[in-house]
Amino acid sequence: MNRRSILNEKSFELTINRLCYELIENHNDFSNTALIGLQPRGANLAERIGSKLHEILGSKEILHGNIDVTFYRDDFRRRENPIVPQTTSMNFIVEDKTVILIDDVLYTGRTVRAGLDEILAYGRPRSVELLVLIDRRFSRQLPIEPNYVGKTVDTVETQKVRVEWEEIDGKDQVYLETE
Amino acid sequence: MEDRIALKKHLSTKHLLGIKNITTDDINLIFTTADNFKEVLNRPIKKVPSLRDITVANLFFENSTRTRISFELAEKRLSADVVNFSASTSALKKGETLVDTVNNILAMKVDMVVMRHPNPGACVYLSKHIDVNIINAGDGAHEHPTQALLDAYSIREKLGDVKGKKVVIVGDILHSRVALSNIFCLQKLGAEVMVCGPTTLMPRHIGSLGVNVGHNLKEALEWCDVANMLRIQLERQEIKYFPSLREYTMMFGLNKEILDSLSKKITIMHPGPINRGVEITSDVADSDQSIILNQVENGVAIRMAILYLLAGKIEKSA
Repeated sequence: MNRRSILNEKSFELTINRLCYELIENHNDFSNTALIGLQPRGANLAERIGSKLHEILGSKEILHGNIDVTFYRDDFRRRENPIVPQTTSMNFIVEDKTVILIDDVLYTGRTVRAGLDEILAYGRPRSVELLVLIDRRFSRQLPIEPNYVGKTVDTVETQKVRVEWEEIDGKDQVYLETE
Repeated sequence: MEDRIALKKHLSTKHLLGIKNITTDDINLIFTTADNFKEVLNRPIKKVPSLRDITVANLFFENSTRTRISFELAEKRLSADVVNFSASTSALKKGETLVDTVNNILAMKVDMVVMRHPNPGACVYLSKHIDVNIINAGDGAHEHPTQALLDAYSIREKLGDVKGKKVVIVGDILHSRVALSNIFCLQKLGAEVMVCGPTTLMPRHIGSLGVNVGHNLKEALEWCDVANMLRIQLERQEIKYFPSLREYTMMFGLNKEILDSLSKKITIMHPGPINRGVEITSDVADSDQSIILNQVENGVAIRMAILYLLAGKIEKSA
């Protein structure tokens, strides 16, 4: 198996910082904005972005939740086994708020589609934006495009993008795996 | 992430016919999935689209309120299409057999069957003759698996874990499918079980299931962490098993006085329907030690989990 680095520790941190400042440009003090991570690994990114924003903006608390889209997926019964869902933690409703949907890797767009559906179960947001760390462009199966992108990569179907987190895998990094 | 890997991702069975033939892994998987559905049920919109291409038939050959409503709500909250059938209004009265009735319903393209039937083994019999996923919603005095699962789930929720807990089942053990399924389920999860009731309402070889048998309510309650009070099933009793209900109540009815005389606070459960003043008094049923309404609430989440996991086993039609 061949591994190629996409983001190393240093560029990982720079990318997260840049994404935060891009968000601040558009959302000012985040008084009407909620960050929602898509489980499993979008939750890590949302957590990281949330704490970084907190660090930059000071004491301001930013609404933050995680959703698991398992029950909204369009591939139920088209897989070998049903997926066992992860925790959804949403202690607010999104009615009239600006939602920033966060995932680590954007690929076919189907997870995001399911996420958009699920968010509606918590009210009607004013608008929804999409933030991803890695955008695998030219591989979308649905008309979904991100508003904030950490890094864009060109990949083929047989390749896998791996995002590793310090708190889980010991090191922040992203690499591309080729069989 | 770790949980995801450690957990088995599918049930070992295509049907839920009883607790006896499912594994501890199955039970844990159902519980984990139910946790997620419980969260869904607390959302402003309590509905997910998972089963939108599935049709479920609820076949109730015996009366039911709670179980039928609970199943129907679970199905609707998963976006399944639902057809209901109850024996009292059907062509069964015209002499049709069970297999014929069900096959006719299946000819209308039904994917899953939830069935309650007065005859023990009806679901097992049906599973051998038709090719859909069957969920047993109670078959005579045999098993009532979803009730046992929601009972154990409620204990887990209240006490943190089922393992090592002591549970006493009080009342009409002889006619109770809830008792049998509960015994299997609690034992699989590592709890200790005692049954307590009049000798006449105790199946003769119940001890061979590895449960303690008691005939003194006070002693049983002193021993346990959780007491599951059962109803006297007069409709299944063809002969008199005890002199009078009043005497039963005096010997085995749970009241505030006994509850307060115990050395610790135990948890009270009841599968419903409650006969207030017979097996349990109103002040106990409505006390803060009772989790009777939590059981009902958890019932929907547990049934959603079972429907979801079994539906995952249905082949997608091309």
